[in-house]
Amino acid sequence: MIISKMEFLDRTQLDLETLEVWIEEEWLIPGGTATDQAFSEADLARAKLIQDLMQDLGVNEEGVGVILNLLDQVHGLRKALADILQAAPKQSTRPDAGSPANRDE
Amino acid sequence: MKDPYETLGVARTASADDIRKAYRRLAKKLHPDLNPGNKALEERFKEVASANDLLSDPDKRRQFDSGEIDASGAERPRQRYYKDFAAEASAGHPYENRSGFADFADSDDLFSELFRRQAEQARRAPGQDLHYRLAIEFLDAVNGATKRLTLPDGGTLDVTIPPGIEAGKILRLRGKGDPSPGEGGPGDALVEISVNPHRFFSRHGDDIHLDLPITLTEAVLGSRVRVPTPTGAVTLTVPKGSNTGAVLRLKGKGVPRPGGHGDELVKLKVMLPSEPDAELEAFLANWKPGTNYDPRRDMQP
Repeated sequence: MIISKMEFLDRTQLDLETLEVWIEEEWLIPGGTATDQAFSEADLARAKLIQDLMQDLGVNEEGVGVILNLLDQVHGLRKALADILQAAPKQSTRPDAGSPANRDE
Repeated sequence: MKDPYETLGVARTASADDIRKAYRRLAKKLHPDLNPGNKALEERFKEVASANDLLSDPDKRRQFDSGEIDASGAERPRQRYYKDFAAEASAGHPYENRSGFADFADSDDLFSELFRRQAEQARRAPGQDLHYRLAIEFLDAVNGATKRLTLPDGGTLDVTIPPGIEAGKILRLRGKGDPSPGEGGPGDALVEISVNPHRFFSRHGDDIHLDLPITLTEAVLGSRVRVPTPTGAVTLTVPKGSNTGAVLRLKGKGVPRPGGHGDELVKLKVMLPSEPDAELEAFLANWKPGTNYDPRRDMQP
C-alpha cells in the first residue's frame, strides 16, 4: 500500500514543515523520488512512534534521534538472533531441538 | 475491564496533571515499541492507554465518574506498532542498522559463519521496488492502452493498461525497479493507477452510466438516436412516450470483464428548446391533456 505525502500528512496530523525536518533527520526515509515521495504503512507506524515519544513520553528532539538509532539496532539484533535461532537446530545435537521457537510470527 | 484509576495507579481525586504524569511513567516502561519482544507488556500497555484515553478527556472522565459510561467503552482498537513492521521487513529496508553487532562478524566462530550467510543473502537481495503514480483517461481505463511514464531521471517506462482497470489498482512491472545493491535481480516498478473523470460517462462496477439529452419530439414520438459508448457511437431506439429518468440498457457496451462486458445504462433526459418557441406555446395553450396527467399526484397531502 503506497501512501502519498498528502495522505501521510492527513493520517499523521503532521504539518509539512515538521515532516520535512523528520525526513531531513532521517527519522523517516520515504521511498519514491524527491519530488514524488511514497510512504509505507511502516513509515506511518514509525511516525506514530515518534509522536508517542514526543507527546506521551516527553522525549525531546535530540532524544528521539538517539532512541530511533538504538531501536533500529535492536531490530537489527532481533533479526540476527532470529536468523541464528533458525539456523541453530541444524547444528544442535539436542534431541528435543524443536522448531525455532520464540521467533516473531 | 479493570478500573482505569487502578490501572494508572492514581486516586479518584487525581488532577489532570497527576494522570498525565502517571501515564507517562507507565508508558515509558510499557510502550510496545520500546519492548519489541514482550507480548505481555503490550497487553498491559493497551489497558494503560485505554485508561488514559478515558481519564485524560475531561468529558469522558466526568461521564465515567457519574456512571454514565463504563470503562469498556474506551477499549482501544488493535493498533500495529512500528515493531510489527520492523519484524517482517525484508533485508535491506531503509531503517536496518547492523552497528549493534557488526563487530562479532570479524571473529572466527559460529557467529561469523552466520553473518557471512546473512551478508550473502543481502548481496543476493533484489533492488528496491520503485513506486509511481499514473493518471489515465477514463476511456483508456475501459478499453486498455499503453502509456509511457516519464521517470524523474529522464528515462521512460511503457505501462500496458489492461482493459477494464479500476482506479487504485497497482500494476507491477517486474524488474523495472532499482538495480540490486549486490548481485540480485532488480526490484519491481509499482504503478498506482488513477482514472480521470469523463465528460459524460461515469462508471459503476462494470456498468457505464450516461445521461442522454433528447428532444421533446424524440421523447413523445419515439426515435432512433446515436449514443456514444466507450467503443464508439451506436444507434439506440427510444420508444414512443419515453420520459425523463427512463433507463435503457445497451447490453455488452460496458466495461470489459472476464467472460464478457458490463452494460451501458442510458438515462434519458427530455430537454425543451433552449429558446422560447411560439408554435409550441400556441399548441400547449390549446392542449387538453387527459385527467391522468398529474405528475405530482403522489405528493398530494
